[in-house]
Amino acid sequence: MFQSPFRGLGFMDIKYYIFLSVALFVMGIIGVLTRRNAIIIFMCIELMLNAVNLLLVAFSKMHHLAAGVANPNAGSEAQLFVFFIMVVAAAEVSVGLAIIVMLFRNTHSVDVNFLNRLKH
Amino acid sequence: MKNLILLIPLLPFLGFLINGLLRKQLSKGLIGIVGCGTVLGSFLISIYAFLNLDAIGGGRQISGSAKIIGNPVIHYFDFINVGTLKIPFAFQIDQLSALFLLIITGVGFLIHVYSTAYMHEEKEEHFGRYFAYLNLFVFSMLLLVMGANYIIMFIGWEGVGLCSYLLIGYWFKNIDYTKAAKKAFVMNRIGDLGFLLAVFWIISKIGSVNYSDVLTTAGLARFSTGDIVGITLLLFLGATGKSAQIPLYTWLPDAMAGPTPVSALIHAATMVTAGIYMIARSNILFTAAPLTLNVIAIIGGATALLAATIAMRQNDIKKVLAYSTVSQLGYMFLALGMGAYTAAVFHVMTHAFFKALLFLGSGSVIHAVSGQQDIRFMGGLRKKLPTTYITFLIGCLAIAGIAPLSGFFSKDAILLSAFEHNKVLWAVGLLTAGLTAFYMFRLLFITFSGTFRGTEEQRHHIHESPAAMTVPLIILALLSIAGGWINIPEVFIHGGERLTSFLKPLIPASEGSPVAHSTEWILMGLTTVVSLVAIIIAWSRYKVYKEERETSLTKALENKWYVDELYNGIIVNPLNKFGAFVARFVEKGTIDGLVNGVGRLVNYSSRQMRWLQSGQVGNYVLLMVVSMVLFFVLQFFLRK
Repeated sequence: MFQSPFRGLGFMDIKYYIFLSVALFVMGIIGVLTRRNAIIIFMCIELMLNAVNLLLVAFSKMHHLAAGVANPNAGSEAQLFVFFIMVVAAAEVSVGLAIIVMLFRNTHSVDVNFLNRLKH
Repeated sequence: MKNLILLIPLLPFLGFLINGLLRKQLSKGLIGIVGCGTVLGSFLISIYAFLNLDAIGGGRQISGSAKIIGNPVIHYFDFINVGTLKIPFAFQIDQLSALFLLIITGVGFLIHVYSTAYMHEEKEEHFGRYFAYLNLFVFSMLLLVMGANYIIMFIGWEGVGLCSYLLIGYWFKNIDYTKAAKKAFVMNRIGDLGFLLAVFWIISKIGSVNYSDVLTTAGLARFSTGDIVGITLLLFLGATGKSAQIPLYTWLPDAMAGPTPVSALIHAATMVTAGIYMIARSNILFTAAPLTLNVIAIIGGATALLAATIAMRQNDIKKVLAYSTVSQLGYMFLALGMGAYTAAVFHVMTHAFFKALLFLGSGSVIHAVSGQQDIRFMGGLRKKLPTTYITFLIGCLAIAGIAPLSGFFSKDAILLSAFEHNKVLWAVGLLTAGLTAFYMFRLLFITFSGTFRGTEEQRHHIHESPAAMTVPLIILALLSIAGGWINIPEVFIHGGERLTSFLKPLIPASEGSPVAHSTEWILMGLTTVVSLVAIIIAWSRYKVYKEERETSLTKALENKWYVDELYNGIIVNPLNKFGAFVARFVEKGTIDGLVNGVGRLVNYSSRQMRWLQSGQVGNYVLLMVVSMVLFFVLQFFLRK
């Protein structure tokens, strides 16, 4: 493994962040692939998105510390950026939930396997 | 002057545009006025240019007795300008082209006037189309003779080919007529290829196509002997196509499919004289290639004789005239081959008069007997069509070479030069002269004497043609009588041969031992006697029409020596078979297979790909994830 720049600076090692977000991401993927409930699939997608967000924040911090910036607040830009992502995700959720509501109105179910007429 | 000269070809072109674009709007009278008026305008300007030839080059230069034009080339703009090759759009108005201008526009104008009456029963838009083509024809021919380089000549050369195609196939609803048009076009293309190759050859050697660069001693010095022979042979190939010589003559008799005035235009004033003009124009080149001259003389003589024999047994009034044209053109080439360029040009001129007269006369006859063309169903027309008869008789006498009509002098000039150079070809020429007199008077007697052999209905309709048709006939008859007098040989009057001295700056007198005057008299007498005897034979046999005897020889003559069948057998049919083979195997098998294969491949692969689009959201997501993983893996492994 690579030498963590967090070492000795009072931060958690970067690899733990990576492990966590990979774990979250894979959980998301598995959820999307295996579950049939549209709402759960949707939640899993959000999980994946936030796994990536987490990684973004962690890497941002890491790069600034690696460049030797002593200020402990350095590298907080990614946190701002993530808020924007979350805003966009919220918008996306509203659209997605609207689709699911329409789906429920049509099929009286949120099971994606009933959603097999997409090619027509 | 420069702009005035430009008007000569431009006027017929304007006529073409007006008649062609507005043919549905204009009335017949207006179309006729535009068609004839534009050509008349060109004719008047041509006369003016002819009379002021010295002024064209800027100032007159006189050397000896002959006037030499300072600089006959009138430059307008650069037509092609590539690298070192410069091809200007320029006209050359000198003695030769001025003479041709007069023939083309003069005879062309008479034919236009005649057409207004002859084509009067056509629908208006077809009438307009006809005159548009006719004007375009004159325009192309003018471009051909006026051009100051081979490229401008070639534009006109192709133009007349196109127009002949359009006019021969004028009645395009008749499949035979369109076939004749196609034949004319294809035959011409073969010749055109020769012309084009010759031009390329000249460009590669000289780097210029201007007559003023090529046709000079300086230009000549840059060719090797082989070059000159090759170029002249290729040029001659072009001439055989346009001027209907062996082996490319068969299109001309078939060109009868067009309306009769068109035949007159093609045979007399334009088109077929293009080959003669081109060779006379390039006479310096040809004189430097004795081998080519021999070929030309032999082919000319052979064509003259062959066509004359065929003409003896044709029953279509226009076919007889068509073969006589081929024969007379053969005469001209005979003269060219002897180096007697002036005699050839002289014959072009007289031939333009009497052949236009004969064709228009035949048109008048056909018009009178309600479209019948077979002379076996005519006869006895002398009383009913007096003007046509008299003028036709004059035409026959002129073409038969009876003194003092125009044909006598031009034919005599050719035979004289043949006698000086080659006795065998002279004999061929003499024989042809006899045959010519025979078949022309056979035609005359069968058509005009005896009793009428057509149907009752046709008999009632027989009428003399209107003035628009007879007046051109009378004018052409007068020209056929007097046209030869401009080049009366020295033996008749002192100071004759005006045409020869007129053309002297361009066409140096041919070498060779001039014959004594006494010999000349004997030759003239001999020609006249042969023609008279032939006429008497024709009279005794055809003054009262009877069925002609059938022998294998006459059958061969009637079928034109089976030349068309021969061509069909050895060229057309094998080509057709080859075409069918290519169509069946190469086209269907290879090309279609390739194209269809591509289509089938797309079809097949799309059918195989269809299962990907299942419509199941789960499948799509799975596919997405799998391909994402795949990309990551690839990225990881392919990094280095």
